[in-house]
Amino acid sequence: MSLLDKLDAVAAARKALLPEGLEVFGTPIEEVYSATEARIGDRRILFLGTNNYLGLTFAPECLRAAHEAIDREGTGTTGSRMANGSYSGHRALEREFAEFYHCQSGIVFTTGYQANLAMISGLAGAGDVVLIDGDSHASVYDGCRLSGAEIIRFRHNDVSDMEKRLKRLGERSKSTLIIAEGIYSMLGDQAPLAEIVRVKNAYNSILLLDEAHSLGVLGKTGQGLAEETGLTDGVDFITGTFSKSLGSIGGYCVSNHPQLDQLRYVSRPYIFTASPSPATIASTRAALKLLRDGTELRRQLWQNSRQLYARLDGLGYRLGPQPGPVIANILDSPQQALMLWKGLLDHGIYVNLILPPAAPEGKALVRCSVSAAHTSEQMDHVGNIFAELRKSIFQ
Amino acid sequence: MSTDYNNILSRLCFHLKQLSSPDVVIVPETDLINELAIDSVKLLSLVMEIEDEFDISVPLNVLADVQTVHELANLIYQIKSQNK
Repeated sequence: MSLLDKLDAVAAARKALLPEGLEVFGTPIEEVYSATEARIGDRRILFLGTNNYLGLTFAPECLRAAHEAIDREGTGTTGSRMANGSYSGHRALEREFAEFYHCQSGIVFTTGYQANLAMISGLAGAGDVVLIDGDSHASVYDGCRLSGAEIIRFRHNDVSDMEKRLKRLGERSKSTLIIAEGIYSMLGDQAPLAEIVRVKNAYNSILLLDEAHSLGVLGKTGQGLAEETGLTDGVDFITGTFSKSLGSIGGYCVSNHPQLDQLRYVSRPYIFTASPSPATIASTRAALKLLRDGTELRRQLWQNSRQLYARLDGLGYRLGPQPGPVIANILDSPQQALMLWKGLLDHGIYVNLILPPAAPEGKALVRCSVSAAHTSEQMDHVGNIFAELRKSIFQ
Repeated sequence: MSTDYNNILSRLCFHLKQLSSPDVVIVPETDLINELAIDSVKLLSLVMEIEDEFDISVPLNVLADVQTVHELANLIYQIKSQNK
């Protein structure tokens, strides 16, 4: 099969699954009115499929900081952190992340995806082992592949399965990087961090925790699962993203290991990517302050999340195992998921559709992402639409 | 190939039989993707079961090279031999 034939096969598979004219993936959004409302086609819709957990994308402090940075430093850095792309703002944000986590140092990356690629491929290499949760994000899988290390999976959130694999490695467990996530993006459940830290200490491995979905969501000051569970000191490296609770784009890593800074010289994704724009850095710095002081935002986020989770659970939808801002409706077939997704959009609600093989265990997901900017009335409205669709689609 | 390999092959065929339609005949040359329609998700789930049964860990890196039942059985045999 030629290179182009392979792409034609992908197109044919997609066409067989998705109705003509329905733009399920890359849905065109014509106008954005606020953190929670936009226009798709001619319809005003409620955003319930963004990762805007704290609703900060239109925060006046962030908008102002971004505008000022563009006027002061221009639209882009046009170079990598290694070359001409380390402005004072980039370095300040790294210090602010390190202070936020009470860590020795921090590194800022251009995307969250790049943060995982850079950290994993910088830490592990040929002859080493990376031990990852089966439900890990694509950036974790891709970082592992780039590293050249041996990749071993354990069953999702199953620490005894993880320990079994560490035991099999014998002495090699000392050159093993374990990777877990604060909140898993597909089912919205949290890693059993206390058990993971206990086992990683017993086998002298290194632990990297990706707080992409838990930053701003968990912990008293919003650091994530490590803070929520009081285990920040038990985690060797914490990565995360700016593109969810911080409302911009970028990534970070913090650590107390002094070796973190050496990653700047060995990690190819860090070295060979242009650095974040001044506006991105400025709005992220403003958002990080709001996130840290965002107790009320987190309270509202959790109230909305629990309200919607309880309503959907009560309606009989099969959901991820625990309440949180990521609420996954698990469907048995892609066709069912597609009908639910389209039904919601027809009622002015945008959510995410996840089809095999992206969904775990071959299932299909309709995933809601709740925001602190949603109102209780909006959660009620969403619940009512889900109730209506349950009758028409499933009965 | 040794008895160990034959034992692995037999157990592997047993697991594959659970994932495929009853009328499919599984032989060492059977192609996992084209003949048994084992996609990447099913393959990873199968590997987890095999890992438990043979008390081994199969790195994802080497799975990409596996196409047939024989190649998978041989991979398991090689990993088990290394662990002895």
